Formats: sequence, C-alpha cells, structure tokens
Amino acid sequence: MSHPQRAAAFTSDAERTTWHDETLWFVRQKRDKAAYGVPEFQQLRQLASDIKEHTLSRLDEYLEQFERNARANGVQVHWAADADEHNRIVLSIIKAAGASSIVKSKSMLTEECHLNPYLQQHGIAVVDTDLGERIVQLREEAPSHLVLPAIHLKKEDVGETFHQHLGTPKGEKDPQNLTEAARLHLREKFLIGQVAISGVNFAVAETGAVVVCTNEGNADLGVNLAQVHIACMGMEKLIPRTADLGVFTRLLARSATGQPVTTYTSHFSQPAPGRQMHIVIVDNGRTRQLGRPDFRNSLKCIRCGACMNTCPVYRRSGGHSYNFTVPGPIGAILSPNIDLHKHSTLPFASTLCGSCTDVCPVKIDIHNQLYKWRQLIAQSNALPLGKKLGMKLLSWGLARPGLYRLGGKVAREGLRLLPRGLSHAAALNPWAKARELPEPPAQSFREWYQQTVTQ
Amino acid sequence: MKVGLFIPCYVDQFFPQVGIATYQLLEKLGVRADFPGQQTCCGQPMANTGCERDAVPVYQHFVRTFQDYDYVVAPSGSCVHHVRKHYDIVEQSGAVQHVRTATYDLFDFITQVLGVTELTGRFPHQVGLHLSCHGQRGLHQANESEMTPVRDGQLSRLLRSIDGLELTELTRNDECCGFGGTFCVTEEAVSARMGHDRVHDHLRNGTQVLTGGDMSCLMHLQGLVRRQQLPMRVLHAAEILNEALQTTVVPAAIGAEQVVAAEQQVTD
Repeated sequence: MSHPQRAAAFTSDAERTTWHDETLWFVRQKRDKAAYGVPEFQQLRQLASDIKEHTLSRLDEYLEQFERNARANGVQVHWAADADEHNRIVLSIIKAAGASSIVKSKSMLTEECHLNPYLQQHGIAVVDTDLGERIVQLREEAPSHLVLPAIHLKKEDVGETFHQHLGTPKGEKDPQNLTEAARLHLREKFLIGQVAISGVNFAVAETGAVVVCTNEGNADLGVNLAQVHIACMGMEKLIPRTADLGVFTRLLARSATGQPVTTYTSHFSQPAPGRQMHIVIVDNGRTRQLGRPDFRNSLKCIRCGACMNTCPVYRRSGGHSYNFTVPGPIGAILSPNIDLHKHSTLPFASTLCGSCTDVCPVKIDIHNQLYKWRQLIAQSNALPLGKKLGMKLLSWGLARPGLYRLGGKVAREGLRLLPRGLSHAAALNPWAKARELPEPPAQSFREWYQQTVTQ
Repeated sequence: MKVGLFIPCYVDQFFPQVGIATYQLLEKLGVRADFPGQQTCCGQPMANTGCERDAVPVYQHFVRTFQDYDYVVAPSGSCVHHVRKHYDIVEQSGAVQHVRTATYDLFDFITQVLGVTELTGRFPHQVGLHLSCHGQRGLHQANESEMTPVRDGQLSRLLRSIDGLELTELTRNDECCGFGGTFCVTEEAVSARMGHDRVHDHLRNGTQVLTGGDMSCLMHLQGLVRRQQLPMRVLHAAEILNEALQTTVVPAAIGAEQVVAAEQQVTD
C-alpha cells in the first residue's frame, strides 16, 4: 500500500482524525510557547546546526576519538555496518551474559533494526520499558511517532490493551490507574532483566560518554539494575564536547514536548565495578546518506519529533501511514535512502509547506530535501507511468504558446460543455470527491486583454 | 518602468477576473503593465512532481518571454517563489538571473517596489486572509508562527488599511490549506481534510470573504466552500483591493450611489 492509501484509510474516521490532529497541534503549541520564551532560540538553532555540520564534516575523526575514550573508560565498543550485524552483536552480548530476559528503554535505532523480533526468534524475552513503547509492544504494533510512540491511541484503547495483557478491570480508562498498572507490571520486569538496552541521544567524543534523555527514568532503572548495559547508537549521534551538550538539551525537550528539559538527562560513561557496558555504533545506510551532498544534513536530526507535530499531513494521516520506523517529514527524507522504490510515495506526502523546516531545532531544510527526493524518484523511474508521461506531455505543451492557448481553451470549453455528472465523477476525478471544480468563465484573461487593452 | 504581467496558466483560463483585477489595480497605482501573449506557465506543476528536468524548456520559454521587462509581476506567490528559487537548474545567464530577481508577487511589488504600504478605500466586510505557504514561508510575506507569536505581514497591513475591512483572527493563523499542487489529487483524502479544517477555522471565527494571494489555494478552498454550501465568498486579494479602490476614486457628489453599487457587486 502507498502513503495515499493508508492516509485515506486513516482520515476515513473523521472524528479520530480530528482528535489526532488536535492532540498533536496541542504539542506543537506547547513547543511554540517554549520557543518564544527563549529570546535566543533562533541563535540556538543556528548554533546546534553549525555544531552538527561541523561534526558531520569530520565524523570519522570524532568516531575514532569517541571509541578511544570509551575504551579507556572500560566500555566495550562494537561497530555494526547494518541492522543485521547490530542484531547479531546484541544477541551475542546477551548470550555471553547467559541472559534470557532483557529490558529496553526507548531506542528508535533498535526499532529501525527490528531488534525485538530478532531477539524473540532467538528465545530472548524483551520488555520495552518506556510506557508508550510498552503499549505498542503489547499490541504488536510499530510506534507511530518518535517521541510519543502510542500517540495514535486513545486512553480507551490503552485500557482495552491493559485489560487483555495486564488484567486491569474492563472499561478502565483513567490515565492515573492505567499508568499505575503499567508501573507495577514494569517494576517486576526491571527486577528480572539481566541485560538492559538503552538508546543514545548524544555521544560525546571528548569523553567517550553517552547521554540518554527520558521523562520516565526507565533507562536509569533498567541500566542500574542489570549486570550488562548495551547502548545502541546511530553513528550520527556524536557531538564533539560536553560543552556542546547544553545547546542540544535546551533545544531537544522544548522542540519535542515544550518542556524546558527532559526529566532525566543521564550520563553513562563507564560500567560500575564488576559490570559491563557496551556501545554498539551502527551505520545502516548513514554513510551512504553522508555521501549525498543534497541529503547529508538530514543526519543532523536529534529525533525530537517537532516536524511531525507541526506537519499538517502527518497530523491527519497518522504515523503508521508512512510505514517506516521514522514517520513524518524527517522519515520522508530518510526513508528513500534506505529503499527508494519502496518509499517512493513518502516525499510526495507533503504540500512542501515548509513548516517542518521552520520548527527543526537543527535547521534541516526538510522541505527542500523532499523536493530533491522527488526529482531523484522521477529520474529513477519510480513515478507511476501515467504521472511521468503526463508531466512530459505537459512540459512539451507548455513550451509551445500556440498549443498552450489551444489546450487552455479546450480545457475551459470542455468543462463548460461536460455534464456535471461526468466532470464531477469521483471515480474519474479525485478533485471532485470533496470539492467543486471552478466554474469555467466565458472568456480567458488573455481574451479580455486582447479585446480591452490592446484594441 | 517596464512591467510584464505574468498571469498563471490556471488563472488565465479559470479565474480571468483575478488577472483583470491585478491589471486594474496596478493601473490605479500608476503602473501600466504589459501582458506578453506568448507566456504559458512557470513550470512548477512538473517540477513539484519530480520532473523539473522535463520543465527546463518551459523555464527557458518563461525567461525568453520576460527577459526584456524591468519587473515581472504575478498575482501568485507560489509561481513567483518557483521562478526565484527553482530556476537554479538552468544555466545562470544574465537573462535568467535578471528574470529570477525581477519576478515579484503582486503584493511584494506594491509594498517593496512601489513603496505603497497603505491604501485608501472601502470594503466593509470581515475578511479572512489565507496566505499561501510559498508566499508565507518561501517569500517571507508574513511572520511565521514557528518563530514568533506576533502576527504581522505585508498583505495583512495593506488589507487592514482599507476602511471597513475587518481581518479575522484565526485559531491557527498560518496552517497550510492542503492544496499542494498535484498533492491535491494524489493525496486527495488528506488534501480535502486539510482544506476542510482551514475553511472551518475561518467560518468559526467569522470570515465572510476568504482571500489570499494565491488563487491555487483559493481554488481548492472555494471548491470545498461551494460543495459544502458555506456562507463565505472567495476572492483573490487583488479583487478586494481593486474593488475597494474603485469606491474611493469616484467624485464625492456621486460617491454614495457608486459605493452602494460597488458593495452590491461585492455581496452578489
């Protein structure tokens, strides 16, 4: 299925679409308030963008520096070229620890690598400890948002899921009670988790430490109770110095949820005595993206989700309509790098309104990149044939004024003559499903001009 | 000052009154614009669909058509934005560079080139302004809600200067209407839903006349307004300003009659 098909399915429930749109618009407004409240917010965005540009420009050096410092801290560093290698490395660490049950805090990278199904196939029980992630995990769904994985669900949906899986009373939909049930359920899991996996928000090259930002403290609980901590990170997570971190922590939470800072900003630099800490650094297409001049700066992304909250298409089509780990505008510029043909409708799931670019805390020119991906998709023969030929024909005609004048007149007169049942047939003309066509006037502007002005 | 009028292809064929209003408004502001008849389209529909390479002959035709004018003026921020921003894939000859910088949206031309930031006229209606995203975020015609809570822009100032005209305060000031070029048919469901939400924001907040600087957004919104039979009229801002100025240039002695006649025209 393409994005338009999945989006149409989502919008067919008008009431739910309204709710989804308004919920995320509320988050966008919280972001606005937080951004307006910092007078230097635009300078901060520029600074963050510059730091990331700089880091990407010498990523090889910073990666090696990071690895050296992490190893010196007693951390075991692993390199994974792709998702498969990442999953194999993680499994081998778990097996070496003799563990059969692990806890995992939020990590979009492990979603990207489809780690959960891989581990389960190999007999490892995985529990996601972020509340939203746990909800979608119980429902066997993918997260629909970077920061708010279960944002597509209402409290009634969560109540039903918890009734089925955690034994809460049927019909229970009070958020306080549901959260309490999840908390009790997760505490048990924390206690039996032998290995804890976490994501990484920032990796500091000069210290070899990783920084994890959460609101629930679940990463800390998991890591501090388990014998082994595995931190999984995409290779673009680097920043050069600890001094740079404040720029990003100020932007991340404000852009994501409108909070001044996440509740927990946890620094992990070395294993506790007698324990192990591993960092898995993953490429999985990032080097390829780094080699594309038009798209390399998409790697600046700090996964705040602001572009989703502001995107008028995302808010009305839902995260699952993108069918990619990272949905929304940023997903639409990351996904073609992974599989251009499979995700060929995503760069078109946008009006190019540019709001995503304007909220992006690291100034990724998302809407420009959407436009550029469209060009590459057309050049790679990934456009529907009718569209491709239609555009060729249109270009040919529009470079010929005589033909254009004739074509325009035929279109206008044709619309005047066609019976409404035909011109507005929804099966032939998607425009007319919800909209009237313009009423064709008797005279074009050029005809008026010739008669009135040039006479 | 030699000014070439660019009337976008769909405006030429389906909304001639917008072209006429643009021409007459410029005339009232002392500019006699010329309409070169060989003009066609800026090429945006093909480029936004991913086929900008196919559109190169159209770009070249546009440049040939307008290269001898000091300014090219169009009642469409979106087309202007396309010429300015995306004509970067053809060789940057002197003519191309000139046309790219000399092409102006009508209201930017009025405020920035002519230096007219206030108009004297009358239009006693509640007007809701919908700026196109290409105008808003591409050409920076107004403040952006992503950056500042202060709502302000060139066109809203022009409109506010008109006597009797009240601008609607929207709940979501600058959200996209969902037209998006071919998006409006390829993503029909989302496009229609976005337009629906935009129109109803205006309706809830009292808009009687919905306006903007881009007929493409307005064509889409008008399509929804007419289908849902909503009590709202859709006019390009050039039509409003042209209409408003008409009511004030008449001599005082016969003014009252003419104003009534003009108002009737507007409310018909």
